[in-house]
Amino acid sequence: MSKTILMVDDSASVRQMVGMTLKQAGYSVVEACDGQEALQKATANRVDAVITDLNMPGMDGLTFIRQYRASPASSGVPIVFLTTESDEGLKAQAKQAGATGWMVKPFKPDQLLAIMRKVAGA
Amino acid sequence: MSELDPAEVFRQEAADLIETLEQALLDLEKRPDDSELVGLAFRALHTLKGSGAMFGFTAVSEFIHEFETAFDRVRKGEATADRRLIAAALEARDHVAQLIDDPDCDPERGTAILSALKAAVCEGAGVETGASEHLAAPIVETGSAQPVAAGWHVCFRLPADALILGTNPLLLLDELRSLGPCDVTADTSALPPIDFIEPQSCYLSWDVTLKAGVSREAVDDVFLFVRDDMELSIEAIASESPVAAAIMAPVIAETTTVIEAAQPMAAASEASAPKPKAAAASSDRANAAKSERNATLRVPAERLDELMDRVGELVIAQARLSQLAEAIHDPSLVNVAEEIERLTASLRDTTMGTRMVPIGTLFGRFRRLVHDLSEELGKPISFVTEGEDTELDKTVIEQLADPLVHLIRNSIDHGMEPPEKRAETGKAATGTLRLAASHRGAEVAITVSDDGAGLNAERIRRRAEEAGLLSVGQVISEGELNRMIFQPGFSTASEVTALSGRGVGMDVVKKTIDGLRGSIDVDTTPGKGTTVTLRLPLTLAIIDGLLVRVGEDRYTIPLAAVEECLELPTGVAADGRGRSFLNLRGDLVPFLKLRDLFHTEGEVDPYQKVVVVSSDNTRVGLVVDQIIGNNQTVIKQLSRLHSGVKTFSGATILGDGTVALILDVMHLVAYGQKLEERRRAETLGRAA
Repeated sequence: MSKTILMVDDSASVRQMVGMTLKQAGYSVVEACDGQEALQKATANRVDAVITDLNMPGMDGLTFIRQYRASPASSGVPIVFLTTESDEGLKAQAKQAGATGWMVKPFKPDQLLAIMRKVAGA
Repeated sequence: MSELDPAEVFRQEAADLIETLEQALLDLEKRPDDSELVGLAFRALHTLKGSGAMFGFTAVSEFIHEFETAFDRVRKGEATADRRLIAAALEARDHVAQLIDDPDCDPERGTAILSALKAAVCEGAGVETGASEHLAAPIVETGSAQPVAAGWHVCFRLPADALILGTNPLLLLDELRSLGPCDVTADTSALPPIDFIEPQSCYLSWDVTLKAGVSREAVDDVFLFVRDDMELSIEAIASESPVAAAIMAPVIAETTTVIEAAQPMAAASEASAPKPKAAAASSDRANAAKSERNATLRVPAERLDELMDRVGELVIAQARLSQLAEAIHDPSLVNVAEEIERLTASLRDTTMGTRMVPIGTLFGRFRRLVHDLSEELGKPISFVTEGEDTELDKTVIEQLADPLVHLIRNSIDHGMEPPEKRAETGKAATGTLRLAASHRGAEVAITVSDDGAGLNAERIRRRAEEAGLLSVGQVISEGELNRMIFQPGFSTASEVTALSGRGVGMDVVKKTIDGLRGSIDVDTTPGKGTTVTLRLPLTLAIIDGLLVRVGEDRYTIPLAAVEECLELPTGVAADGRGRSFLNLRGDLVPFLKLRDLFHTEGEVDPYQKVVVVSSDNTRVGLVVDQIIGNNQTVIKQLSRLHSGVKTFSGATILGDGTVALILDVMHLVAYGQKLEERRRAETLGRAA
């Protein structure tokens, strides 16, 4: 069975790019455009990994990670967050909140797949 | 979302974002201190930059990066969004829109706008504006010019919560393995005893020897996400020479092939082995047969008894050890305790095995007896034995000899008709006497059956009334009436023969069987024959028991008699009156509340359990408060003062030194059966 990955980003173009890349590599992709929707989708069904942006309107990425980690549904689910700046403070905060890894924007499809293989397996 | 051209999607999105940015900037001009507006503008820039880079709008992305860096100072409160800054920002926004349409347009204008913007934010702040950092470099950057080591020795331990937070050590190991051949060793020393293991915590650490000449960055990169919190050491394997890596690889390849090659060889040697083995086996068998004759030892019975006693004590001591080990939680002690437990169990079985003798040794003796009786009484009889290899404790077999003699005599003398009478009723002239033994649960059943006339219920009743054993007209069940023949001084024989009829004998049978904690059943069909069944407990020393709790006290039920355990349905429990039946998959099974039976006081467990026990196809449920588990039960006889107690067959000493009484299943089943008979009588009475 293919692994299901929840992609959270407010930018439709990023969602589309990530979604296409992952689908081509054999993953199933669920999309959400903000933290609120992501939280609902991530707790309603089991996902194998989460990729989330941090800067989003509505519920931001950090809050989402914190609330998701508070739910038992998140146990063992890797969370990768997207970040544009190499802001160590933000990275530390996200890790503190329970993120597993990060990915620096912009990224190439190959890098995305490498990261997904690293945290979620093929 | 339809699969549009990604660039087109970006353009649409960018238009929206630019719109948002413009709105935010214009509003900001009116309310320069509104941090929410600043945030909005910043987020729009941020998204534009990120998406732009991903869809090939590099110029846009680079320009916005500078724009963003400048604007970030506003966000951090280092600059205020004054009129000049807003003007510059709006101009920048226009330039972004242009860049999206035509990435190559007017680079000089872009630079000018940026300087204006920087000047606007840096006014008074006096911070150098020059070299702002460049776009974040892609994360994976391998292939450095560093000297390459022959391999790497990597030790890592993940933080305890790593698994919960989604790190999968298997994937890390897989990733290392993808770099080259690895020897992986897991260090389990930090693993707590099993009772304390949190299944989601990571207790292991790994020791990996990576035999590949890859760069240190490549190895580092595997641990990119976990590096900060983990214990990680990466050491280069002393590279004896730069060639080492090259040499090493083929060597490894060779070893694997050798191993692979070895397997078919092993298989081949196994395939060729059977012949000599078979030959050896046959000669072994010959040897065994030869030595078997000398292999028996004669040992005084009391020595075996002594051995059995010691084993009993050992079992009790072992139970105490197990309990201690459990309480102390020391894994090494638990290991030893488990080992001792295994050894004790096998020692117990072996010891009991030495006392077990096939009942065939006893059956052999009766052949002569039957022959002599047959001659003497002029009744031709064929004697059939079954289940000679059924094993029983030697002492039990010794004690069985007398009762069996009596039963056989009785059968032949009273049961069997003379040949002429048999011919009248159309039976074969030769009567058949069958002696059979078989295992039934925790019991051994021995049956003596004949195809004679059967018991005469009329005559037994008359005789019983004459002897004063039964009052005239008293109603008793068929089974009870049949058992009358085991009463002392009871004989229905019309005339006394040399062998039987004096009323001595059958009561001896009963006494002996009672002494062995067994039971007797008589089943008879007039004209067809009689079957007497003796049921005896399998062993007399140690049994597997099911420990249960009733109130504060603990009791043991012989495990072999236990059929199943279930929870007492609440509706049934509420029925406080004497009639207690349980619907067990369509069968009505009477149950006894041990609390009532033992007059136990104290709090009743809200969820009472029923242990269904059986004896000879009859079942009865025993209601207890708690089922504790099975334990080895060393049977201690009750004192002579208590030997008359029916409900208990003995007592045992538990691991903590307390005593648990052993329930006499046979008796309880009989009691339950009585209840059922009464119920039947009641229903019949009501129907009538």
